Amino acid sequence: MSKNKKKIFSGGLGQLTIPVVAIALLVIFNLIRDPSFFGVDLAHNNDGNIVLSGNLISIINGASELAILAMGMTLVTAACGGQDISVGAAAAIAGSVFVKVLKTSPEISGGKVLLAFICACIVAMIFGSFNGTLVAIFKIQPMIATLILYTCGRSIAYWINGGATPTLSSPIITAIGSFIPGIPIPTPVLIVIAMAIVFKLLFKFTALELFTQSVGINQSAARLNGINSTFIKLLSFIILGVCVAVSGSIGVSRLGLINHETLLLDVEMDTILAVAIGGNNLGGGKFKIGGSIIGAYVIQMLTITLYAMKVSSTDVKAYKAIVIILLVVIGSPVVKEKFGKFMSKLLENRSKETVKGA
Amino acid sequence: MQDEVLLQMRHIDKKFPGVLALNGVDFTLRKGEIHALMGENGAGKSTLIKVLTGVYRMDGGEITVEGEKISIHSPQDAQNNGISTVYQEITLCPNLTVAENMFIGREDGAWIKHKDYEKRADEILTRLNIPARSTQQLENCSLAVQQMVAIARAVDMKCKVLILDEPTSSLDDKEVNMLFTLMKDLKSQGVGIIFVTHFLEQVYEVSDRITVLRNGELVGEYLTEELPQVELVAKMIGKELDELMDLGETEEKEKKEAEVFYEAKALSSSDALPFDFSIRKGEVNGFTGLLGSGRSESVRAIFGADKVTGGDVKIKGKPVKITSPIDAMKNGIGYLAEDRKRDGIIAELSVRENIILALQVLNGMFKPISRSEAEAFADEYIKVLNIKTASRETPVGSLSGGNQQKVILARWLLTHPDYLILDEPTRGIDVGTKLEIQKLVLKLAEDGVSVTFISSEVEEMLRTCSRLIVMRDRHIVGELKGADLNQTKVMKTIAGGETENVEK
Amino acid sequence: MKRFKAMVMAGVLALSLVLTACGAGGSGSSGGSGGLIKVGVINNPPSESGYREANVKDMEAVFSEANGYELKTFYSLKNDEQLQAAQGFITEGVDYLLISAAETTGWDEVLTKAKEAGIKVFLFDRMIDVDESLYEAAVVSDMAKEGETAVQWLLDQKLDVYNVIHIQGAMGSDAQIGRTGALDAQFANGTMNLVVQQTATWDEAEAKKIVESVINSGADFNVIYAENDGMAKGAVAALDEAGITHGVNGKVIVMGFDCNRWALRELLAGNWNYDGQCSPFQAQIISDIIQGKTTISSKIIINEEKGFDATTLTQNDIDTYGLGE
Repeated sequence: MSKNKKKIFSGGLGQLTIPVVAIALLVIFNLIRDPSFFGVDLAHNNDGNIVLSGNLISIINGASELAILAMGMTLVTAACGGQDISVGAAAAIAGSVFVKVLKTSPEISGGKVLLAFICACIVAMIFGSFNGTLVAIFKIQPMIATLILYTCGRSIAYWINGGATPTLSSPIITAIGSFIPGIPIPTPVLIVIAMAIVFKLLFKFTALELFTQSVGINQSAARLNGINSTFIKLLSFIILGVCVAVSGSIGVSRLGLINHETLLLDVEMDTILAVAIGGNNLGGGKFKIGGSIIGAYVIQMLTITLYAMKVSSTDVKAYKAIVIILLVVIGSPVVKEKFGKFMSKLLENRSKETVKGA
Repeated sequence: MQDEVLLQMRHIDKKFPGVLALNGVDFTLRKGEIHALMGENGAGKSTLIKVLTGVYRMDGGEITVEGEKISIHSPQDAQNNGISTVYQEITLCPNLTVAENMFIGREDGAWIKHKDYEKRADEILTRLNIPARSTQQLENCSLAVQQMVAIARAVDMKCKVLILDEPTSSLDDKEVNMLFTLMKDLKSQGVGIIFVTHFLEQVYEVSDRITVLRNGELVGEYLTEELPQVELVAKMIGKELDELMDLGETEEKEKKEAEVFYEAKALSSSDALPFDFSIRKGEVNGFTGLLGSGRSESVRAIFGADKVTGGDVKIKGKPVKITSPIDAMKNGIGYLAEDRKRDGIIAELSVRENIILALQVLNGMFKPISRSEAEAFADEYIKVLNIKTASRETPVGSLSGGNQQKVILARWLLTHPDYLILDEPTRGIDVGTKLEIQKLVLKLAEDGVSVTFISSEVEEMLRTCSRLIVMRDRHIVGELKGADLNQTKVMKTIAGGETENVEK
Repeated sequence: MKRFKAMVMAGVLALSLVLTACGAGGSGSSGGSGGLIKVGVINNPPSESGYREANVKDMEAVFSEANGYELKTFYSLKNDEQLQAAQGFITEGVDYLLISAAETTGWDEVLTKAKEAGIKVFLFDRMIDVDESLYEAAVVSDMAKEGETAVQWLLDQKLDVYNVIHIQGAMGSDAQIGRTGALDAQFANGTMNLVVQQTATWDEAEAKKIVESVINSGADFNVIYAENDGMAKGAVAALDEAGITHGVNGKVIVMGFDCNRWALRELLAGNWNYDGQCSPFQAQIISDIIQGKTTISSKIIINEEKGFDATTLTQNDIDTYGLGE
C-alpha cells in the first residue's frame, strides 16, 4: 500500500525522481537568472578545430570524471553497502602510472597511450582488489578499509614519479583530454557515453546487476542461492578500479600534467554524493547507475552555476553543502512518506469533492 | 472478573489506497481473559492490532478502555493507556543487553542507574523463568529467549492489555508451555491478553474466547469451548474443509522400489554432528524434533549451507562433493531456508527477480535470462502457485508471508530440482496456503522429485511424509514409517526412548 | 581532509624517525663522526609541494658528507612533532640546528635549550616568533616581495587596460597571501580591473573551471595571474579550448609562480609571459655562514627572489633555477 503512495509521489520516475527534479530546478533557476546561460556556441579553439563551447558544455564536460567514478561507486555501494573513499587517491596513482609509462620515451604514439592506459587500469584494478579483499574477505567496513588507500594513495602516487609533476604534450593527449580534431564534442564527454554503454552492455549480457543487488540486499539469502558474495564484492571494487583508471587518465590528459596532490582532489565525496543524489541507497541494494550519472551532473551544474554567479570558490563548498543537504533530506524516507501521505490525502479530498459535485 | 469489559473497539474502519483493510470491525476484550484473534493472512488481524497500538490511525470507529474513550495517535499513546505489544518480528535491539532492552525508551527509567536496571531485570527474568541474564547481550540469546524478553518488557510496564502477535512461532514446546504459564499468570492478575497465532492447538489450549476476522470484516466472537476446531478453520477460510480432510487420507506414500537419489554417510558440518541419511526418488521424508534438536542444521549440511566438515555423499550412487550451496544446486538440490526473511527473500527486488534468481545462478554470470524470458517464468509461476501480488514487478517484501514463501518455492521449482529441501515452509502462513503447499509437495513427489520436509507441526508432517527422522539433542534418535507414523509415536520418540524406535 | 592525511603521514614519519633514532643513538654514542659538522634539519615533508621538494633536495645536496657535513633530517607538517624532533637533535648533540617550522609559535623553550647546549640555530624559509638572540640567522623569503616583483613586471608591460583574472592558491597560505597582496593593492587603487578573483586551492582542474566560467560569461580579460604554475596551466587549457590566444604576442598575458622546469619551457616557447619564484635555495647561504665564508650584518637575510620574462628567459636559466624535471 505504501508502494501506491510512492508511485503518486514519484510520478512514475521512482528512484530517479530526486536527481531529475534537482536538475530541473537548477535548469529553471539558471534560465530565470540568465536566459542565455545554456547557450551553446561554436568556436575555433587554438588548434584550429571547430568546437562547442558554453556553460552547458562546461558542465557536461567538467563532470566527466565524476560521472565515471559515480558509475563504479554505485556498483560498490550496491554490493557492499558502503563507499570507497580512496577513489581520488587511486586516480592519482592511476594517473601517475599513465604519465610514467608515457614518459618512458619522448615520443607519444597512439599505441603507447593505449599501453599506458592499460597499465593504469591494471594498477588501479590491483588497488581496487586490495580494497575489495579487505572488504569482501576480511569484512572490514568499506569506508574504514578504503581509508588506508585514501591516506597513503597520494604518497604512492608521489613515489611513482619521484615527487615531480611531469607534464605531457602531445596531440594525442590533447585529443583525449580536450577535443579530437573534427569532432566538436569534448572527448571526455564521449568517454562518459562510452563507459555508460559499457555498463549497459555489462548489465545486459551478464547477470551482474541481479547478483549485485541480491548480495547488497540480503547477503545471507544470496549465499544460500549459490551466489559467491565475496566474488561479487571484489568484482565491484575491480570494476571501480577501471573507472578510476579512466577518470585518472582523463584528468591527466585534460591539462597534460600530473599533480598527485591535486588530481581529482576531494572527488570521493562528490562521487558518494552523486550516488546519493542519484537516489541510490547508500546502505546497498537496489541501484540505478543512470541516477548516479545524473547526480554527477547535478553537482557539476551546481558548481558552475555558483561560479557563474561569482560566488567565491571558498564559499562554493558551503553552498553546495546546503543544496545537497536539501536534496538528501527531500529524498529521505521520512519526507517521502510525509509527502506521500499529503498527496494521497489531497487526492482523496479531491475525489470526495467530485463525488459531492456529482 | 471475566465479564468486566476492559477494551472495546467499535466499528473500526481502516482504509489504504484501494483497499478497505478493516470494515466496521468490533472487538471486545474483558478483564482477565485470553482472547485469540484469528484469521488468515490479510484478514485484518495485523491492521487491527496496529490501529490499537497507534502504528496506524483508524479512519472510523472508537476505542474505549475501561469505559473511557481514548484516542491513540502513536505507540506512546497506546503504552500510556496500558496497551503493550510483543510483535511477530522481534523489535528489540540485538546489540544492547537484556536489561537495556527491557528499560530502553521508558520514561520511568530515565534516572535509574544501570545497576538498578540490571537488578530489576534479573528479578523479572527469574520470576518469569526466563533463562537469560540481564547483562547478556541480547543477540547472544536464542530467538525464543529474545521473544520472552520482549514479553517481560511489556509485563514490566504494568500493561492492562497485552498483545502477543505470533509469540510462539519461534518457540519450542517447552518454551511455549513456559509462555502459557506466564500468560495464565498474567490473566489471573486481570490483564487482558490478545493472542494472535496460527497454531490452532495453542488457541484451544490457552484461550477463553476467539474472535474471527475475514477479509477485513468481523465473522464473529465465540467462546473457545463452544467452537470445534474444524468449525473455526471453516470460519477462517470461509469454506468447508473437505479438501483438508481429503489430504489426510492420501494413499500409501512410500516408494520402496525407487532408486536412492541422495545418500550421505557420516555427514557433518560446523553446526551438525555426523549423521547418515538417504532419500529415494519421489520420496517425501521429514526431519522432526524440537527447536534446536539439529533438524535444520542437518538439512543445511546436506545443502552445504554451513561449513561441511566431513562425510561421504553420493547422488544416484555416484560420489560427489557438496561443500557450498552452489555445489548442491548443481547436483539438483534446492533448499528453502527456515528463516524466510533472513535467508530467503531479497525483499526489495521484484517478484520476477526473486523467482529467477536460483536459475540465473545455475546458468551463471554470463548467460543472463532475458527480460522477456524472466517475465514469462514469473507469470507462469504466479499462476501455477496462485501467488497474490499486484504485479510481477512488485517488490517481494511487500507481499504477505505466505506469498513470499510461494515466491521462494517458485524460485526453486524453476530450477527443476531432483531433490527439494523445505525447512518450515508453512511457518507463519495462513491455513489456505499451508494446504496448497502440502498439496504441492505431494504432487512434486508424484512427479519424481524427492522432498525433505520440516515443520513444527507434527500433524502436517504426518500428512505429507512417508518417513520421519526424529532428532533430539543434535542426534538422530529414531526413524518412523508406516504404522508408526502417528502423533503419539512421534511425540514419544521425540520425548525419549532412544533405542526402541531406531530402524536400520 | 588534507590535514588529516598529513597528520597520518607525519605519524608514519615520526615513527620511522624513532626507529632510525634508536639505531643512530647506538652508533652515535660509540664515538665521533670523523670531524664532520653535525647538522640537524627540521623541515616540512617534501611531498608538501614542488617548492618544498626542491628545498629538501637543496639541503641534502649542500649538507652532504662530501662538503663536510653529517646531516640528520626530520620532516613533518605538525609543529609538536617538529618540536619533539628538535628536542631529540639537541639531546643527540648536533652542532647546528636548521628549522623551517610548521607554526610560528611554541619554539621558545626548545631554542633556549639549544642555546644552553651550545647549538647554533638557523631558521630558513619561515620565521619563528622568538627573540632574535635565540638564533644565529634567519634566511627567509619575502613573500610579499615576490608578489610585488611580479606586479611590477606586469605594470612594466604598459598595457592600455588591465582586466585581470586572479586565481589564488589555498587561502591563508603564506604563498597565497604574498602573491595576492601586491595585486590587491592595484585593484584597490584602480590601476587594474578585477574580472574575477577566485581560489582554486592550487588545483589545476579547478583553475580551468574558473577561467571557463569567465569565458562563458563573456567578460573581457587580458591578464591571467595564477598563483602557481599548475593553475596557470589549467587556465591556459581553458583558453586553448575557447580559442583565445595567449603568451608572447597573444591576447592574454599568462603569469605563473614557482618556476617549474616545464613551466619555464612554456615561457621559452612563448606560451606564457611571466613566472615568478620564491627561491627554495637557502642551504648554500647557511653553509657559507657556518663555514665563515660570509659574514652577516643583519640576522634576517632575505633570499633573493626571481622573476622570469618569456622574452628574456634562456635555457640556462631553466637549467639553473627550474624546479623538478
